[in-house]
Amino acid sequence: MHVGITVNGVQRDADVEPRTLLVDFIRDHVGLTGTKIACDTSLCGACTVHLDGKAVKSCTVLAVQADGAAVTTIEGLASNGALHAVQEAFREKHGLQCGYCTPGMIMTTVDLLAASPQPSDDEIRHALEGNLCRCTGYENIVRAVHEAAEVAR
Amino acid sequence: MTTAAEAPTTLVGEPVRRVEDPSLITGAAKYLDDLKLPGMAYVAILRSPYAHARIKSIDTSAAEAAPGVVAVFTGKDFEHLPPLPCAWQAGGVENFVNTPRTLEIDRVTFTGAGVAAVVAESKAAAEDARELIDVDWEPLDVVVDVEDAAAEGALQLHENAPGNIAMDWSVGDAEATDRALEEAEIVVKQRLVNQRLIPNPMEVRGAAATYEPATGQYTVWMSSQDPHIMRLLMTAFVFGIPETKMRCIAPHVGGGFGTKIFLYHEYVLMAALAEKVGRPVKWQETRSENYAATTHGRDHVAYVELGGKRDGTITALKAKTYANLGGVLSTIAPGIPTTLYGRMLSGAYRIPNISCQVLGMYTNTGMVDAYRGAGRPEATYVVERTVDLFARELGLDPVDVRRRNFIPPDAFPYDPVGILKGLKYDSGDYEKALDRALEIVDYEGFRREQDEARQQGRYRGIGFSTYVEICGAAPSAWIGTVGEGWGASMWESANIRVHLTGKVAVTIGTQPQGQGHATTVSQIVASELGIPIEDVTVEIGDTLNTPFGYGTYASRSAAVGAVAVYNSLQKVKAKALRIAAHMLEADVDDVVFEDGKAYITGAPDNAKTIQEIAGAAALGYDLPEGMEPFLDDTTYYDPPNCTFPFGTHIAVVDIDAEIGEVKLERYIAVDDVGKVINPMIVDGQVHGGIAQGIAQALWEYGEYDESGQLVTASMMDYAVPKAEFFPSFEVERTETPTDVNPLGVKGAGETGTIASTPAVVNAVMDALAPLGIRHVDMPLTPERVWRAMREAKNGGGEA
Repeated sequence: MHVGITVNGVQRDADVEPRTLLVDFIRDHVGLTGTKIACDTSLCGACTVHLDGKAVKSCTVLAVQADGAAVTTIEGLASNGALHAVQEAFREKHGLQCGYCTPGMIMTTVDLLAASPQPSDDEIRHALEGNLCRCTGYENIVRAVHEAAEVAR
Repeated sequence: MTTAAEAPTTLVGEPVRRVEDPSLITGAAKYLDDLKLPGMAYVAILRSPYAHARIKSIDTSAAEAAPGVVAVFTGKDFEHLPPLPCAWQAGGVENFVNTPRTLEIDRVTFTGAGVAAVVAESKAAAEDARELIDVDWEPLDVVVDVEDAAAEGALQLHENAPGNIAMDWSVGDAEATDRALEEAEIVVKQRLVNQRLIPNPMEVRGAAATYEPATGQYTVWMSSQDPHIMRLLMTAFVFGIPETKMRCIAPHVGGGFGTKIFLYHEYVLMAALAEKVGRPVKWQETRSENYAATTHGRDHVAYVELGGKRDGTITALKAKTYANLGGVLSTIAPGIPTTLYGRMLSGAYRIPNISCQVLGMYTNTGMVDAYRGAGRPEATYVVERTVDLFARELGLDPVDVRRRNFIPPDAFPYDPVGILKGLKYDSGDYEKALDRALEIVDYEGFRREQDEARQQGRYRGIGFSTYVEICGAAPSAWIGTVGEGWGASMWESANIRVHLTGKVAVTIGTQPQGQGHATTVSQIVASELGIPIEDVTVEIGDTLNTPFGYGTYASRSAAVGAVAVYNSLQKVKAKALRIAAHMLEADVDDVVFEDGKAYITGAPDNAKTIQEIAGAAALGYDLPEGMEPFLDDTTYYDPPNCTFPFGTHIAVVDIDAEIGEVKLERYIAVDDVGKVINPMIVDGQVHGGIAQGIAQALWEYGEYDESGQLVTASMMDYAVPKAEFFPSFEVERTETPTDVNPLGVKGAGETGTIASTPAVVNAVMDALAPLGIRHVDMPLTPERVWRAMREAKNGGGEA
């Protein structure tokens, strides 16, 4: 099946099998590997991207469902060579170790801060329930989200 | 020549932002699954659906005929390759015995064992064709529970292992310990289950390989904590080829927690398949494969007795432990419940009599090997839980009992009654960490609050873990002694090359999985040479261009690996000083090197920068008589001792009596890991470790049903904790020097996991004390806690 998806501002067309997941379209057809696969069961959030501006788990969306839509991945977050404030905050607060959950964490955080610019601790921890991290104990991820909110203020 | 930019005197001890992060936060970092080689084919592995079965026959014809399939292979295709090596042969285990094969040939002993492989043009084609492989299975009886396996008349899994015993190992003076227990004024006994855990790094495993027929050269990529060890084990023990015929590469590694130390059958399979099909191949593990086929951790049942006097003095500790090793042996499985468990049973206490017997058992379950902490969490759980039970029995404060038995600061170096077989605890001030933690939690205030809560019928508790652990494996001579067949050394290496421009390339033999080695190492290099941190590049992960190293595990990358870096820098600096003396026309003894500059003592204005010296060294036309050009040196550092970090962790819990839910209110950690190179990174290590240890106490359990099926086989069923499960951790440190290494570092990668589990369980038992509940086995899920409370209220008492 033919799909046309705008990925990080660039129109991408491909013929895909109907069963192709959006994450596989992004990784295999577009060749952007920053979006990660880690769980098979739509639980870990490593594959989180923005679909028309909202965070989605790209392993739970078929490529054909995203036909005509605009997708932003971790590679598309920085603009004009400047890192997004959330990317900066994750580095500043050591919100990542192995980095495998990080693209998804950052994409979810951007979505969270768009909806709630000054979230509380509880709100942050709740908003991240769909993103698993095995390295940080979430401590510095929560601090990074606060930092990004603070910088944006 | 460039001049030294403004750089602080030292970056060691500073919370320097990680040099790894720019590529990780932008999605640029390449992990195994991001690797795409020209002409690459994809591999899917068929795994056993049975925990124990004979393979009568395998029909691959339909799979071979499926679209996109290159070839299909079974175990018989690799019969010429030996089973995988078992590299730590503790307790009389023999090499190559009951270990996985490249693909199993006639029998499987756990669900998830690999039996056939499809090579195809795409991942989807390989997975589709795998469904068409027809295996004629003969299911066999199973034994799943470790104590069932040890029982008289139990099903025998391996002919060469009577009683399903893979190894029978013991440490300490059993006779003296028994005598001391008989003479003790009071003895507490407890059966403790340290349940199976599934490590769950966010990146699962994977491997890819190429083979060049013209040269006989293999290249194998894998998500690994120790690519040099992978190459050594594959070349020397499996393929029987020189090391030089294989190159192993670990790309970015997305967490390991022990599981990526080991040689797995898939890595051998990829190398063998690349040769067979004549093109690059890749296998990427799925999460469900990771649950079934990657190693698990812990899984002990221990019978513990602790004896002592009524004043709280401990006189004896005895443990008999059944360690479940699974259906076959993983690479260092026998070493974990022996050296890293039995030898650490003195904990932070002066215990005059200790004995421990460990039975390593085969069962029809997945392989068990090192998982973060590896043996020390199990030992700490035994010691810290039992000390609490002892205090409870005596009606004494668990803090007082700990204090009474602590090894005092003046007793170091301390030999725990010989069970460390020659090693001694290097240094410690256990009360200092305890006092600070008590101050943070406001212990007296908490006890008052707890009394009030109890009067209102609420269940609040506080739990302690005053742990000590062993890091920095290891002095080679000691590993050779306790290795019991391991026969390996465990030094670490580092090469420093100062380029003509003064920029520095470092290669190290350790292999990070998120710990930030590049940052930590860069801090040391920048500080020692007085150069900006941006001028340092750390190369990691490729056996072709890094010196041999044993890899990253056992919290050894700072205590052993970083010391190799430091020592190489001293050699480079010594040579730089001689060159500077030559350039300054001075005697070398009159020249000092400071902040990146060499000058004659008292004349800092006339200095040669490290960049100028590096340039002179690289150009080489004007050097001291007889000196070789270039600043380049390598160290193979073999430490004289292990290091022994310690500390106090405190958990505060509140239990919802209606539903049995444990709410973790506060978590306090005061660790002493010696000197700290990067406090931000060390805090991060501690946070992550604490989370994993708490998760064992409260939620995680890798459970098999009675037929040997893994019940918790996905993230739907296995409780990898989420952000909202935790409070914010309160982390502090004390710093007690160690003279084991010149950096004064001890290791910090595993302290959190080692310490936290018993702190949480002790807190829950403290909360439940008014009900007379002494012990509940982990994980302390609402159901288990609720049941224990209900039974106690219905007149039980002993849960």
